[in-house]
Amino acid sequence: MQLARVIGTVVATVKNDSLQSRKLLVIQSLNKDLLPQGKPLVAIDAAGAGVGELVFWCRGKEASFPFKREETPTDCTIVGIIDSEKHVVSG
Amino acid sequence: MIIARIIGTVVSTQKDERLLGKKLLIVRPVNLDGTDTSGYVVAVDTVGAGFHERVLVVAGSSARLAQNMKDTPVDAAIVGVIDTVDVMSPDL
Repeated sequence: MQLARVIGTVVATVKNDSLQSRKLLVIQSLNKDLLPQGKPLVAIDAAGAGVGELVFWCRGKEASFPFKREETPTDCTIVGIIDSEKHVVSG
Repeated sequence: MIIARIIGTVVSTQKDERLLGKKLLIVRPVNLDGTDTSGYVVAVDTVGAGFHERVLVVAGSSARLAQNMKDTPVDAAIVGVIDTVDVMSPDL
């Protein structure tokens, strides 16, 4: 899993039926010092996150596990909201 | 998932039988402001997307999880057509 900041939203009316009613958010991955790392991605939200929040996300097939795991095509899912920046401690 | 733009089509007659009837499109990843990046991916279309549209592309084994894609040998699928992308600040 990786840390990220939610930086925006995506609207897609026409989508695969298996993604109906899922919330799409734009996230920017962060390194352990909470600095941007890599390109922004589009993630499905499984944690109720909003724009500006610090989150962690899951990549790969495991990203579909919070939903119907054999039917949700996602490779990037927000699985948790981090309480605050102060709660990220790295040595 | 990544945001990409459809830049072309692929026609293939001789292919795995599980790909029969599937539309193959060439997509190029784009930045949040819509500008093109480099590179491309051949992706299977599951939503009926059209030329130059901005779409959502799922990569890896998750691409098989889209409806009507069970057990198909693909690693990239178009799963949505993007209406709008609203980004507050890239370095928020």
